[in-house]
Order: sequence, then structure tokens, then C-alpha cells
Amino acid sequence: MVKVQIKNLRKCFGDLEVLKDIDFTVDDGEVVCVIGPSGSGKSTLLRCINALEVPTGGTIIVDDHEITDKHQDINKLRENIGMVFQQFNLFPHMTVKKNVMMAPVDRKKMTKEEADKKAVALLETVGLASKSDEYPDNLSGGQQQRVAIARALAMNPDVMLFDEPTSALDPEMVGDVLAVMKRLAEQGMTMIVVTHEMGFAREVADRVVFMDGGVIVEQGRPEDIFGNPQNERTIAFLNSVL
Amino acid sequence: MFEHVISVVTQALPKLCTGMALTIQMTLFGVIIAFIIGLIACLARISRFKIFSAVSGAYIYIIRGTPMLVQAFFLYFGVAQLLPFKLSKNLVGIITISLNAGAYMAEIFRGSIQSISKGQMEAARSLGLPYGTAMRKVILPQALRRSIPSLTNQVIISLKDVSILSAIGVAEIFQAGKIITARNMESTIIWTTVGAIYLIVVFLLTKLANYVERRTSYGQSTNKKSS
Repeated sequence: MVKVQIKNLRKCFGDLEVLKDIDFTVDDGEVVCVIGPSGSGKSTLLRCINALEVPTGGTIIVDDHEITDKHQDINKLRENIGMVFQQFNLFPHMTVKKNVMMAPVDRKKMTKEEADKKAVALLETVGLASKSDEYPDNLSGGQQQRVAIARALAMNPDVMLFDEPTSALDPEMVGDVLAVMKRLAEQGMTMIVVTHEMGFAREVADRVVFMDGGVIVEQGRPEDIFGNPQNERTIAFLNSVL
Repeated sequence: MFEHVISVVTQALPKLCTGMALTIQMTLFGVIIAFIIGLIACLARISRFKIFSAVSGAYIYIIRGTPMLVQAFFLYFGVAQLLPFKLSKNLVGIITISLNAGAYMAEIFRGSIQSISKGQMEAARSLGLPYGTAMRKVILPQALRRSIPSLTNQVIISLKDVSILSAIGVAEIFQAGKIITARNMESTIIWTTVGAIYLIVVFLLTKLANYVERRTSYGQSTNKKSS
């Protein structure tokens, strides 16, 4: 079953065309890693999927709802699309637990008690139950990112978007965050991950997408993309990062 | 000599304190209303609806572009006197302070809101929160805290600006000082006393602001680990 369907997606910032006629689908339960040089449009593609960027043209359908339709209640649609940011973006004036509970309670998805229980359980799964009452500033980057994942999961999304989730982390913190993401993938979550972690892409992704210059240059199973890339731009990129 | 100073000060003090009490009252009401005006004007200013943004921009431009003395005269002689009902000097004074400080506070709030990283709004919206909720629960609590030092500054300015309202006859502390010196000719002693009273009030105000800032801080108390 198709979870995310993108057709003829275009995005311009002024005169700069960042996404050029992108067609892209993600199946239910699929884990897709998007790789490519900076400025290739991969983050913009991700941000179009939950309408943080408004596309210049084309359609995006998530779960049979057209994100690009102006008459849709975008807030309702976003509840089902979790997002994790490079800079974590935890709310610094709320405790860790409050960060996780806030949206489900505010959007009336859960009662306070349910959200509390859910937050405790989620923090448990990301290994941070003991930090519930701390403020984000007192956590390391890796811990903050795991809280951010828990916060996104609290809304029970059925698609998760990761925008370079480990790029702002010290190397020794990366492993914990990737482990949480890997477990999520194994549980069958549909995930789109923009990443520079080639090891993660190779190991966890069902499909790897290589973007450059606003187009999808090549995509396929990780063993094919990493083992036997066809396009010369893919080969050049992989040579420079591996 | 010393006894003379003491006697002039003790004679003037009750009137000066009554004046300062009025100054504080007018400042208090003024800045509370200004806070509300400032918040609304700020949200209008950053709104994507052009009409709100334009109206708020014009308001801020007019207030910042004219002296408060002119604003007070305009409101008292130019507006209040033409109304069919009577507005007291003090009420017009409070309105003047509110409108004046409101414009400056709007800019203070706008600066603080824009200093909050864009990622905060994006994170809130990505969870499905509508713009208003994200503003109220995520952006404003952080922005208002960052505003405290500048707001304190504005409150101090407004406290001192109340003296301008003596020009429309408000019996605040400066007006009280003028009346006393006109009678006893003791300018040096009276204005020193008036200045000292201002300094004491501003000192207490600063202490209060520091206390509020400490109380509203989050997460900085325990040891910060490196990321």
C-alpha cells in the first residue's frame, strides 16, 4: 500500500529551483533513506511532505489526504506525520515529559492521564525515563534528540520524517539515536530519513534515494546503490563520502 | 544649616510622597494596559494579514515619531475636551502612558519573538498545533521571558515619563515639587529629594525585575552537560 505519493513536485525559492519535478512514492512500512550533497534539495523535499515548505507545484498525498490541497486542515494531517529535526527543537521551557505530552493533550488526542502514561512509556523505550523531569538544556545532544523522537511518536504518527537527525551530534552520541531509529524501523514504522549516515542507510533502509541538483538521480536497494551505483554523479558522491 | 535642610525635607515629604504614590499608580495601570496593547500590536505587526500589520505599523510609527508631551496635549486638549463626557486628567494621563509604552513594548515583544529560533515554531507546527496555539504555548512563554530586561527598562522610562504629565496638570511628584519650590524657593533641597525618591523607587523596581527573571528561568540551575 502506498503511504506517501509525490507527483511532479516543484519548489522554488525566488529564482532558485530547489526541487525539479520530483516523483516519489513510499510504501507502508518502508524505510527510505535520502542521501545526496548539501543543496541537493533533500531537506526541502522532506519539509514539503508536512507542508513546512509550501510546494510551488505538484501534489503530495499522504494516507489518501492531499497535503497540497488548500482546503485540507493541515494541522489535522500533520498529526499523523511525525518530524525530527537536525537541531532537535525541544521546547526549552518545558520539562522532558511535558515536551512529549503537550501536543497529544492540546490536540485532544489523549487525556492528561493517557498522555502521561504514553510519555513515560515512550521515554522508557528511548532510554530516558530517568530524565522525565529535567529541562532539555540539561540533556546532552543525543539525549535531546531521543526525546525529540519520543515527542514526535507521542502523536501516534504513521509516517516519520527525519531531517539529518544525527548531523548536529558529537560522534559518540550518534549511535544511541540511530539505535532508537533502527528499532522504530523494525517495528514497521514508515520512515523517510534524510541522512549522511551511510552505515545506517546501508543497514536499515529498504530503499536508498540519491538526490542531486533538485532531482532524484538514482534509487534502489541499499546493496545496489552502495555496491553497484550506475549514475556517475552517484559514484562521485559515494566516492567522496565513503 | 543641617536643621534647616531637615525641616524643609520633612515639610515637603508628605506632599512629595503623595505625588510619588500617584506616579506609581499611573505607571502601574499604564504599563499593565501597555503590556496588553503591546502584545496585540506586536502580534498584529507580525501577522500575515497585511491590514493588521499596516495598522499596527502606523500606530508604532506615530507614537515613536512624536514626543509624549505632544501626545498628552493632543489627547487632553485635542480629544478629551471635545468629548461630551468628562475625562479626568489622571485618566487621560494613564491613556497617554498606555498608548506610548504600548508602542515601545510592541517592538520589544517583536524583537524577542524573532529572537526565538524558527525551529521552535516549526517543531510545534509539525506536531499539528495551529499557529495560535504554537504562539501561545511555545513561542510567547520563551519570548516574554527574554523581554523582561527590556520591559523593565520601559517601565522605568514610563515611570519617569509620568512627570511629563505635569504639563496637563496631573499632580504627580514632579508637579508636587514645582508647587513646593514655587512657595519656599528651596530648589536645591526639593529637587535633590525628588531625585532621591525616584532613585529609591527605580532601585526597588530593578530588584523586583531581577527576582521575576530568576523565578521564570528554566533548566539552568543544574549542571549543564556538553552536547
